[in-house]
Amino acid sequence: MADEFTSKLDAYLDGELAAADMKALDAHVRACPACAADVLGRVQMKRAIKTASQRYEPRSEFRAKIERRLKPRAGFPKMFRAWAYAAAVACLLFVVAVAYNYYQRERLAGERLASEIVDLHVAALADPNPVQVPSSDRHTVKPWFQGKIPFTFDLPELQNTGFTLLGGRLTYLDQTAGAELIYQVRKHYISVFIFPQQSSGQTTDLAAKSKHAAFSLQSFTHQGLRYVLISDTGDSDLGRLSDLLKSAQRE
Amino acid sequence: MPLFSQLYNFAHWLTQDRSEAEDLVQETYVKALRGFSGFQQGTNFRAWMYRILRNTFLTSRSGSKASATRPLEEEDQEQLPATEETPESIFIASSQKEMLQNALAELPVPFREILLLCDFEEMSYQEISDTLGIPAGTVMSRLSRARRALRLTLSKKLKV
Repeated sequence: MADEFTSKLDAYLDGELAAADMKALDAHVRACPACAADVLGRVQMKRAIKTASQRYEPRSEFRAKIERRLKPRAGFPKMFRAWAYAAAVACLLFVVAVAYNYYQRERLAGERLASEIVDLHVAALADPNPVQVPSSDRHTVKPWFQGKIPFTFDLPELQNTGFTLLGGRLTYLDQTAGAELIYQVRKHYISVFIFPQQSSGQTTDLAAKSKHAAFSLQSFTHQGLRYVLISDTGDSDLGRLSDLLKSAQRE
Repeated sequence: MPLFSQLYNFAHWLTQDRSEAEDLVQETYVKALRGFSGFQQGTNFRAWMYRILRNTFLTSRSGSKASATRPLEEEDQEQLPATEETPESIFIASSQKEMLQNALAELPVPFREILLLCDFEEMSYQEISDTLGIPAGTVMSRLSRARRALRLTLSKKLKV
């Protein structure tokens, strides 16, 4: 065996020799049985080491643990919790703001509607002719509105109730035609406004009972119509007349 | 995860202990992740990872113990007895894989690691040089001595 070549056998088998040395050693191994046997043994040993070296496998739990630990989002859950908390607070504030805004708008709309009703009531009473159809007969007043308003209604029988029907007039609220009936109880006048409930500008609900500019207002809806009663008399008179009107619609 | 199984196998060979190998691999990945900005793109990622693992091992308790028990001087021309017989052929014939594994485990860490990097990981001498932080010439001489040491160990085992 040539020592000159033997010292290079490892590098030869590891593919680390320069091309010229590789070629020379190739030629020598083919010609030298001793070196050929040595090369064969070393090749077999290299292969055996490769096989034997693959000895240890990581446990799957360990792999999972490392993967969890090394996730780039390692700080994510904590950060996420902070963000989620902030987002929840922001959502809550948003909902509160929306609800408050809605409440304010409704309140302002209600006030505006009540203000309009007061104006209509006062304007009618200030008119030299408060009613366009002066009659205490409900069967005269009701037909008078035919063709003037896009709905109809029934009026109650007032005998022995203390109320007197003075008549009716056509009125408008937010460009919607409606009926205004004027009643008298003792020396007080009561306006009863009737409008379609869903007409433009009429979506805001008035409180069932409220006060506006010292006038008492009561409101109810029935069969798609909104009834608003207003007067400077007390709530009890308005309540009684409301009940009478409601009863009349059910007859 | 890149190189996970290979790194674990290498770590277990170095430490000869599952728990220590797991600690070593975990620390290697943590260090790699922390120092990834320091990794130069275009250089050998595998060598970089193995270098981190090996350095971590050497600074660990078992690593310092292993290197202290068998300091390796490249200039130390330890005269390994010439093996006229052919242990490879005897060994291959007997196909005793376990014996080879035991022989590898008995080798000093510097011999064991360089054989694993060369024959199992099939790293080039340059990669091994980068991983172990030694000159390429030293890689060649250490490999030669590691192989002779392995053959000697096997010969002893076959004689028993």
